[in-house]
Amino acid sequence: MSAMIKVEGLSKQYRIGAREAAYGTLRESIVGAVRAPLRGLSKKSGKTPHETIWALKDVSLEVQPGEVLGIIGRNGAGKSTLLKILSRITEPTAGRVELYGRLGSLLEVGTGFHPELSGRENIYLNGSILGISRKEIARKFDEIVAFSEVEKFIDTPVKRYSSGMYVRLAFAVAAHLESEVLVIDEVLAVGDASFQTKCLGKMSDVAREGRTVLFVSHNTQAVTTLCKQAAWIDHGRVVKMGRTDEVISAYLQGVGRASAKPLEQVWDNPGTAPGNENVRLHAVRVVAKKDGVLSGLDMQTPFDLEVEYWNLVPDARLIVNCALYALDGSPVFETLTFNESSWHGRPFQVGLYRSVCHIPGNLINQGTYRLRVAFLNEFAEVLYDNREATVFSVHDVKERDFPWFGRFIGNVYPKFEWTTELLTGSD
Amino acid sequence: MVVIEPSKRWVAVDLRALWAYRELLYFLTWRDVKVRYKQTVLGVLWAILQPLLTMLISSLIFGYLGGFGSRTGGIPYPIFAYAALLPWTFFSNAITNSGNSLVGSANLITKVYFPRMIIPGAAVAAGLVDFFIAFILLIGLMLYYKVALTWNLLLFPALMLLITLLAIGVGMWLSALNVKYRDIRHALPFIVQLLMFVSPVFYPSNVFPAKWRLVYLLNPLAGIIDGYRSSLFGQRIDWIGLGISTLITLIILVYASYSFRRMERTFADIV
Repeated sequence: MSAMIKVEGLSKQYRIGAREAAYGTLRESIVGAVRAPLRGLSKKSGKTPHETIWALKDVSLEVQPGEVLGIIGRNGAGKSTLLKILSRITEPTAGRVELYGRLGSLLEVGTGFHPELSGRENIYLNGSILGISRKEIARKFDEIVAFSEVEKFIDTPVKRYSSGMYVRLAFAVAAHLESEVLVIDEVLAVGDASFQTKCLGKMSDVAREGRTVLFVSHNTQAVTTLCKQAAWIDHGRVVKMGRTDEVISAYLQGVGRASAKPLEQVWDNPGTAPGNENVRLHAVRVVAKKDGVLSGLDMQTPFDLEVEYWNLVPDARLIVNCALYALDGSPVFETLTFNESSWHGRPFQVGLYRSVCHIPGNLINQGTYRLRVAFLNEFAEVLYDNREATVFSVHDVKERDFPWFGRFIGNVYPKFEWTTELLTGSD
Repeated sequence: MVVIEPSKRWVAVDLRALWAYRELLYFLTWRDVKVRYKQTVLGVLWAILQPLLTMLISSLIFGYLGGFGSRTGGIPYPIFAYAALLPWTFFSNAITNSGNSLVGSANLITKVYFPRMIIPGAAVAAGLVDFFIAFILLIGLMLYYKVALTWNLLLFPALMLLITLLAIGVGMWLSALNVKYRDIRHALPFIVQLLMFVSPVFYPSNVFPAKWRLVYLLNPLAGIIDGYRSSLFGQRIDWIGLGISTLITLIILVYASYSFRRMERTFADIV
């Protein structure tokens, strides 16, 4: 059987800082144009190399007709760049892709929705943006509306929709895209749990219809459920490709090792650092250590929350408060420096301090968390409160011999002691 | 089979792809028109009010106080001005809207593939809808001033096509430049104002000395707007002027579309 998608040596280069520098000013360009002929004369000496990164480097893969391929990798690994090239949104720097069939892509649901237009109007508009013809939409209109569960509001402008309704409608249109190849990026990240289940169901229907699907997700559980084959991309390269369970377990082990450096936010200038006339933050770090050596942060690894700050008021009696929240806003814990032995309750002189909170391993569940840092005085008055001092992720570990890669319930995953004993045997 | 590769320096306009996406052009145009007058009290009347109010003010300032009213070749100044204000309003709105259109559609460009020319194209097409709404008032004015119809009117559709092509060319070139150089957004109102002064909108083109006429005609709008007046009022048609306008329009269109295609490939990365 010949491949449906053939990717050969695909590479994509970006200039670092392209976002800020890209829309330079006309002046730069005019100056550049004036200098251009001169540059031609001294081609080797005059050329300053731009700082560039390869978002994708020499990626080759083949997808067979009817295959559902999961693509996993950390943020910035190059997954989305690959999908953008396949969807022809951006051009590769080198390499070649051959596509045998119409490709539809869902890089973000609701693209092109206009808030002033009604649900009905947006279905047609969004459909035509995704490349569905008017006839096709008219034929499937009722099905789309039924799937989205917004029948009653179909003639209301979508700006009056709740965010859930909006997402449901958007996904409903996209899910009815009929193309031989379907490319999906993280659409499961939206909506409530029951709608996510419905989306997942719709996608496995799509897969069963024999269409070729490329599915990008952080959600290893969804990838495991939907895809037989998976590819793990890291630093723009395909690290491993093959059976989903093998790729995912390699990925989960790799993630822990890959980023063995502390996550830190540093503000060097005491004048502009976040804070106020009482205290200002100098640094917030999340440092994971395994046997005293820096390591990636997974569920088993103990880690330190380090807060460095300038105390600006003589004789302040500072109390540092760290609170951790899951991404959905649910609190995990709050901890204060009450039991800290060397400075707590003593007057702080003006200066730079560091407070460290040790978090044991086997406590925080996998997931992404937001750290809130606040400073109080001895009267429990809040001097400064930073609700998003940093955001960090705790990765899963493949520790158990168990065919489930999903996230267990709750924001903590403590290792409690268990005992099982046989009470009555069968013989 | 579709092949995706780094493209060569010069790429032709993919007319087949444009044709395949004609429904998208229709829907984007329809969206622009529909959304423009949402939550306005006067709604679509704005399309008429804009040239109408300009006509009234210019009749007072230029026609009466400025004395241009006596140099229109016997045409009452209000309708003389309105006949030019229609194409002018269309053109200036079209290049302003399409010039800003790509940047305004960044969310589409970074998420979905389709021929990018459709975006500035739809902005121009939406302007055409306004033109024909405002055209209704022109018919009323022609009846009121008892302007006789002549065979010159046959030129009207050709002029429509010409000014639309010009607006598409200028609009798409500006829109592509705007993606890379946000200076365009600030320069646009100024460009439009400048163009208004060098085009015969409020004055008859015969106020220019004959020896400067050729230079004057380098502005393709000059020939086109003169053409509109000749076509509606049965005045002598300046075929040379119209020829120059057509030629310049085509040059702009070809240059703009190639230049657009060249810049198009980086839109998603830098917008």
